[in-house]
Amino acid sequence: MKFLPLLLANIGRKKMRTILTVGSYAVALFLFGLLGVIDMSFNQGLEVAGVDRLIVRNKTSLIMPLPIAYKERLSQIKDVKDVTFASWFGGVYQEPKNFFAQFAIDVDTYRAMYPEFEIPEDQWDAFVRDRQGCIVGRKTLDRFGWKIGDRIPIQATIYRGLWEFNICGVYEARREADDTTQFWFHFNYLNERTPFIKDYVGWYTVRVHNPDKAAEVTKTIDERFANSSFETTTETEKAFMAGFVKQFGNIKLIILIVGSVVMFTLLLITGSNMSLSIRERTNEIAILKAMGFGPTHILTLILAESIGYAVIGGFLGLSVCKLFTLGGDPTNGLLPVFFLDNKTVILGIGITFMVGLISGFIPALIAMRLNIVRALRSI
Amino acid sequence: MANNQQTQESLIAVKNIHKNYTRGSETIEVLKDVNLNIHKGDFVAFMGPSGSGKTTLLNLLGGLDFPTSGHILIDGQDIAGMSSKKLTAWRAQHVGFIFQLYNLIPVMTAFQNVELPLLLTRLSKKERRQHVETALAIVGLSDRMSHYPRQLSGGQEQRVAIARAIVTDPTFLLCDEPTGDLDRKSANEILDLLTRLVNEHEKTLLMVTHDPLAAKNAGTRFHLEKGVLTANSQGEAA
Repeated sequence: MKFLPLLLANIGRKKMRTILTVGSYAVALFLFGLLGVIDMSFNQGLEVAGVDRLIVRNKTSLIMPLPIAYKERLSQIKDVKDVTFASWFGGVYQEPKNFFAQFAIDVDTYRAMYPEFEIPEDQWDAFVRDRQGCIVGRKTLDRFGWKIGDRIPIQATIYRGLWEFNICGVYEARREADDTTQFWFHFNYLNERTPFIKDYVGWYTVRVHNPDKAAEVTKTIDERFANSSFETTTETEKAFMAGFVKQFGNIKLIILIVGSVVMFTLLLITGSNMSLSIRERTNEIAILKAMGFGPTHILTLILAESIGYAVIGGFLGLSVCKLFTLGGDPTNGLLPVFFLDNKTVILGIGITFMVGLISGFIPALIAMRLNIVRALRSI
Repeated sequence: MANNQQTQESLIAVKNIHKNYTRGSETIEVLKDVNLNIHKGDFVAFMGPSGSGKTTLLNLLGGLDFPTSGHILIDGQDIAGMSSKKLTAWRAQHVGFIFQLYNLIPVMTAFQNVELPLLLTRLSKKERRQHVETALAIVGLSDRMSHYPRQLSGGQEQRVAIARAIVTDPTFLLCDEPTGDLDRKSANEILDLLTRLVNEHEKTLLMVTHDPLAAKNAGTRFHLEKGVLTANSQGEAA
């Protein structure tokens, strides 16, 4: 602590250079945070996927349906605890940019399958009673300024016509990473109005008694419906989510490449700045060494300075990123879960620290080995 | 009084010092068999033309460099045989440096500059403050503690540098052209201050200078000529 004034004096020595160095870290960490948010948003389903839930879909494609009769047959399979189903609706509220996911759900079984979503009992009861009722996630409700009791028109895109729903309740998430942008309505309402696809569902969700038996149950389900008109592909909820994300390309790899390039560039910039700064201070370092500052003191002071720039810049960048994400999803529904999580913050701070350490290491080593006599002679 | 005979009272005893530098295949002999004794409380001036080896000798006495051969006994300790690490710790405790260009850290106040050597000690913050205030009072800059070097005149900057050199109460002070960058008036003030440090505060002071007027303040004057120490006035060389 007693060396802090010396450290701060050095950090504040060239204000413009300090601003630019700290700014470089801030911009890089803002970008890092944002990439982390996007990655997390794409993969949020993986993080929160239920370990005991399996998704059963049509083997041909997710857009192909399965018969509603499968529900009973799935329930009879050994080690299956619960079964529910849902269908994708794909409607538009007012204009196409107002995207959010709408699911026609089995009112009797869906809620129990997803205990991570909280809905007040009276609201759920009102929803069950109202065939045109719907439950809306908190984010979507807030996004459009809806309230319970509102009647919402949704223009169908896969099906036909304008569909109207009464908002009976709102669901909240227990965890920050849970998606609260969904919109649920009665499957029966969909089933009645779509005679051309009557008694077909989009997919089933199955809960197993024991997650350790998931692989076994998966195999049993697919074997049960093998060689039928509607063969199935069953996978864990996590694998299903991962497959869904893959449709967008290898997001993780793209983020990793962009992030690495940014960090490497940052390393070069800050390393160059530190070298320049140390070269300008050769005489001062020589004086400090003459006074009795040892190699360890010099090394520590310069590394602390380099890490100081990094930590200040990193903190600024991540703070701005946090503020930015507080505004919610800027993509109108593409990234339903949009927040900077603690894991990304800690990783960001760790990376910043390492970049600061590495960029300061060579200049610190040069300063540490500085020959006092030669340095004093060059003044 | 300084002389070339080592006595029991010698604070600094330099014995048969040689210092060579190598430039490519050429070896340059900078100091040739230098012998010297300096007593506690001496004010010694080293004079000589550029390249005569004055600063090299000062660097050796201050533990900034190692002799090619010979011994440098300071208070009985041979610093020529010390490791770099030991020598660093020894410098912090025993030597106060004063340079021609003051070499203050421009982004630190006078107080902070003077406090720097004390950061290497175990003194508390309060004790450090007391030491710094005392040192700045001795050099007459109690009212300039919070000033940055750019807000001080050359003479005042050199006073801060002197305060920094004496704040740890070192065994001796080494001054390399302390008045070389000052006008006559400021130079005289600095020389008066250095003389006062010797006379009133019993400091041992070794000064390299080109300036005969500055050297007059010293009790003993040595001349270096092509690496060979020659006697002058009270001093004698081998």
